[in-house]
Amino acid sequence: MLEVKNLVFHPLDNGIEKSIIEDISFSVEDGEMLVITGPNGGGKSTLAKLLMGIETPDSGKILMDGVDITDYSIAQRANAGIGFAFQQPPRFKGMTVKRLLSLAAGYELTEKKCCDYLSGVGLCAREYLDREVDNTLSGGEMKRLEIATVLAKKHKLCIFDEPEAGIDLWSFSMLVKQFEQLHREKEESLILISHQERIIQMADRIMVVRDGRITALDQKDSVLPKLMNEDTGCSCMNPAHKS
Amino acid sequence: MEKIDQVTASVLEKIDSEGFRQEGAYNLRYNGYSLCHGNTEHITIKRKEDKQGIDVYISGETRGEQVHIPVVVAVSGMTDEVYNDFYIEEGAQVTIIAGCGIHNSGCNDSRHDGIHTFHVGKNANVRYEEKHYGEGEGTGARILNPVTKIIMEENAVFTLDTAQIKGVDSTKRETEVIMGEEAKLFVTERLLTHDNQSAVSNMDIYLNGRGSSAQIISRSVARGESRQVFHPRAIGKALCHAHIQCDSIIMDQAKVCSIPEIDAQHVDAAIIHEAAIGRINSEQLIKLNTFGLSEEAAEAVIIENFLN
Repeated sequence: MLEVKNLVFHPLDNGIEKSIIEDISFSVEDGEMLVITGPNGGGKSTLAKLLMGIETPDSGKILMDGVDITDYSIAQRANAGIGFAFQQPPRFKGMTVKRLLSLAAGYELTEKKCCDYLSGVGLCAREYLDREVDNTLSGGEMKRLEIATVLAKKHKLCIFDEPEAGIDLWSFSMLVKQFEQLHREKEESLILISHQERIIQMADRIMVVRDGRITALDQKDSVLPKLMNEDTGCSCMNPAHKS
Repeated sequence: MEKIDQVTASVLEKIDSEGFRQEGAYNLRYNGYSLCHGNTEHITIKRKEDKQGIDVYISGETRGEQVHIPVVVAVSGMTDEVYNDFYIEEGAQVTIIAGCGIHNSGCNDSRHDGIHTFHVGKNANVRYEEKHYGEGEGTGARILNPVTKIIMEENAVFTLDTAQIKGVDSTKRETEVIMGEEAKLFVTERLLTHDNQSAVSNMDIYLNGRGSSAQIISRSVARGESRQVFHPRAIGKALCHAHIQCDSIIMDQAKVCSIPEIDAQHVDAAIIHEAAIGRINSEQLIKLNTFGLSEEAAEAVIIENFLN
């Protein structure tokens, strides 16, 4: 179980303190799928980075199965069972897909294993295993590979930052199936940051983050209807704002 | 079979990735003389009469054979200059595995200058691998100054794969390639320098023949206070294609200078160059950290793969 208590993050931007995360507290139960959604720039990705240790909070606590991991490094959190899929994964010149997957798994994977992980995200192992993870791969291929790196290892908690971004429709359906399966098995807790209705529909609970604060956190059935009717805040889109 | 001492065996392991065995076509040069050598039906190695070195004759019948010609210098204070000439007949397909390792445990400099000339016949396909490596606890420098000249006839293919793995204090590489019609050249140069080492690599590729093409990839990592200078030139004198790509990772207090030069002397010469020097990408480090790798382990993985 993940517990987040009173997390605050005020980084300096050109010497000026910015309020990015404001006193956020929530928990994720074992086997639960929590989908975090909300407007762009609201603090979702930063929150995910704070959970993984990529950013350091100014105050607050993060506990994994009751153990305080707030001061853990990224690698220590990974070894404590947290997996992370980046919104924009980096490319590696000279590194093959097989090597990257093996590093993710923590041991040398067989071709068969690699094939399982790659086909799970809609990539054909035969075509990709020996390819380099460089700019010869498209953005969509990189995203699918990124998700495969998280699937290559058992975790207690997996965090996916906008897994759908840049993925074509066909691969997206495959991805949804992967998440459904992970969720069904209930062996890993899942945090998905997403704007996609199909992903939001899979959630046990939905958390809406806006301006660095939680504006809603409840069971899917309670949050989803409100989300669908939400005021976009854009005067040209919303009749209520039109004169 | 010649007995090979432990130091030599361990250096051979570093410089010959296929594994050196006294089988097939081979010549082991050890401390300035040929310790052992062997020929095959298609490949003959002859010692030069007038100067140090060997002539290697590869017949047109050769299909997929390997020639192993490693050099080991294991004494301090030695300067070993050697001339190796390769005559590759029309249609031959061969892999030549060279490489030089210096074990210097003394206080004097040890140096090996390998001067190689390849005469590549029509339609021949040659892969040439060369690894350079230095070791030993002595204060004497380990110096390697290779000179490589490749003359390619019509439709010949040459793959040049060079790597300086570790421990070479000073190197100055001179490479010249002269290409005939439809000849294809693939060059991969990988270089790691550390401490106070220096490396200079000059490469002149003359695309003289119509339809010739060259791809030059240079990847390097400079650590410590080491210095590197790259100067690959592609000179297009006919309808041809060439692509030069230089990528370097710079660390600590190192200095890297990359000067790719493209010189078109024909209206149909299409030549491209790219060069980039930069520190290890922090996003790559973070990604590997999320696999549970420490900072040091992540850095090592990035360098290892970059130079792979």
